[in-house]
Amino acid sequence: MTTDQPEVSGAEIALENVTKRYPGQKAAAVDGLTLTIPAGEIVMFVGPSGCGKTTSLKMINRLIEPSSGTIRIGGQDVRQQGENELRRQVGYVIQGGSLFPHMTVAKNIALVPKLLGWDADRIEQRVVDLLDLVGLDPAKYRGRYPRELSGGQQQRVGVARGLAADPPVILMDEPFGAVDPITRQRLQDELLSIQRELRKTIVCVTHDIDEAIKLGDRILILREGAEVAQYDTPENVLAAPADDFVSDFVGSGSTLKQLSLARVSSIELADRPTAWVGESTGEVVARAEAEGHDAVVVLDDRGRPLGWPWLRQLRGHDRVPSYDAEKLNTLDSRATLNDALDTMLTSSHGAAVVTGDRDQYLGVISFEAVTDHMRQLEREAAAHGE
Amino acid sequence: MWQFVDDRSDQIVYNTLQHANLVVQAVLFAALVGVALAVVVVWVPRLETLANAVSAIGLTIPAFALVGLLLPLLGIGAFTAFWAVAFYAVFPVLRNAVVGLRGVDPTLLESARGMGMGPVAVLLRVRLPLAWPVIHAGLRVSMQMSMGVAAIAAYVNGPGLGGYIFTGITQIGGANAVNYAVVGTVGVVVVALLADLLLLLLGRLTVSKGIRA
Repeated sequence: MTTDQPEVSGAEIALENVTKRYPGQKAAAVDGLTLTIPAGEIVMFVGPSGCGKTTSLKMINRLIEPSSGTIRIGGQDVRQQGENELRRQVGYVIQGGSLFPHMTVAKNIALVPKLLGWDADRIEQRVVDLLDLVGLDPAKYRGRYPRELSGGQQQRVGVARGLAADPPVILMDEPFGAVDPITRQRLQDELLSIQRELRKTIVCVTHDIDEAIKLGDRILILREGAEVAQYDTPENVLAAPADDFVSDFVGSGSTLKQLSLARVSSIELADRPTAWVGESTGEVVARAEAEGHDAVVVLDDRGRPLGWPWLRQLRGHDRVPSYDAEKLNTLDSRATLNDALDTMLTSSHGAAVVTGDRDQYLGVISFEAVTDHMRQLEREAAAHGE
Repeated sequence: MWQFVDDRSDQIVYNTLQHANLVVQAVLFAALVGVALAVVVVWVPRLETLANAVSAIGLTIPAFALVGLLLPLLGIGAFTAFWAVAFYAVFPVLRNAVVGLRGVDPTLLESARGMGMGPVAVLLRVRLPLAWPVIHAGLRVSMQMSMGVAAIAAYVNGPGLGGYIFTGITQIGGANAVNYAVVGTVGVVVVALLADLLLLLLGRLTVSKGIRA
């Protein structure tokens, strides 16, 4: 992890003895939940369906009103202001992005700033910045309608929309549930990368324990009635499950699970020759061959990887062509080794390109590096057990 | 036939415009009422069955009978014709507007609320624009239907092309009876087609590109 942490822009959320009882139901959906979510952290709510995790989340922005108890954001009781004012200061991202289909991408993102009465120039600038932040080219995508986007792109716009008014707190309800596994992994990486820059307080509901381990600074595991089974860091949840319910839910703490904890950044990346779009192919090929490689990573003018062609694929061109970055499965440096293995399986290189903030190229992680790391983990675990 | 039309061309054009005028005004009024009623129905779900029943019964009342019923209340003239046309025009709009407004994905509505939109903003910015293609389709049905109803409204001395049709019927067997009936009928059809074309154009211009079929 980086040492110079950017300033925390999030706010602390405190739930105090919060209860939600629906009329006509004997058991409370949420029964006396008390919880502090530290500013600038990602807290994952997980638990079996019907455990009250979504209800708990929606009480934070008052989409559901608690029957009793208090919720404070940044020390202020959420009932002190009007519900609409509150919600404009709390980002809300739900499954699939839930974009309004009759509005363009730009209009979707501009919604909350407009409700807050920002002036047009500021909104305009904000839309461009946010699209850039979530990795969509503003010139290309701002005027598109949601149905002209892929599921992953829609979800990115959904995240951008949640961030639009720069809220200190962002609530996410199964944000990546509707996309395929590779896209999901990418979106998760992007969220981590964005969070590294913004340091918001993010509360995220998921039913996927692997997602919770990967994204969460802390994990809240709930059982029926939103009773806290365990609330701790992923490391501690894996190493010391509070009880049988938790260990069942988490699954066995094997080395494989540990792979969900270890980040790509913990492994030394390999250097590979790079080339810029438009460079003379002859020089690039010569350079790569001199270093003993048979492929190059093609970067755009901002240092973002676009493609990873073999040299024989380049030989047909005079200049290095541009590639569609959508087709290159990259890994964020905060991706887990689990993700890394997944991504490698889809690559013909037996390795994966790793990116840092704003998709900057960092290096390449190879299959051997991951297996070496696994062996080392096993050795350490064995040594520990003795 | 051409002689007949040629002799009365000014009058025919005038009556055609009057017909269009009556229908457009009545449908416009009905559209506002229909959508407003639909909004109320969607907000108070218990009213939906009632609205459906009223729509169904309303449409089964023969136009001729309705005109007869309105006559003693409102007298004869354009005013009565307007109400007769508007009465029928409301139902297709109402029915489609209820279906359209109700058909908006609830997660979108929750998402809108979650972003801090009040009920009015949710209605105007999310619900109505998304329901608009369906409401628009209802508007087209309403417009087509009203063209025929307006012809019958000529019975109470309403304006428009219906007068020719009635003249044709009363003079049946006479020299120009068929001419009158044909001019009235063709006129109504032409106005109806033109109006539908304009509504289609309106749809092109107002339905968001993001939800156009």
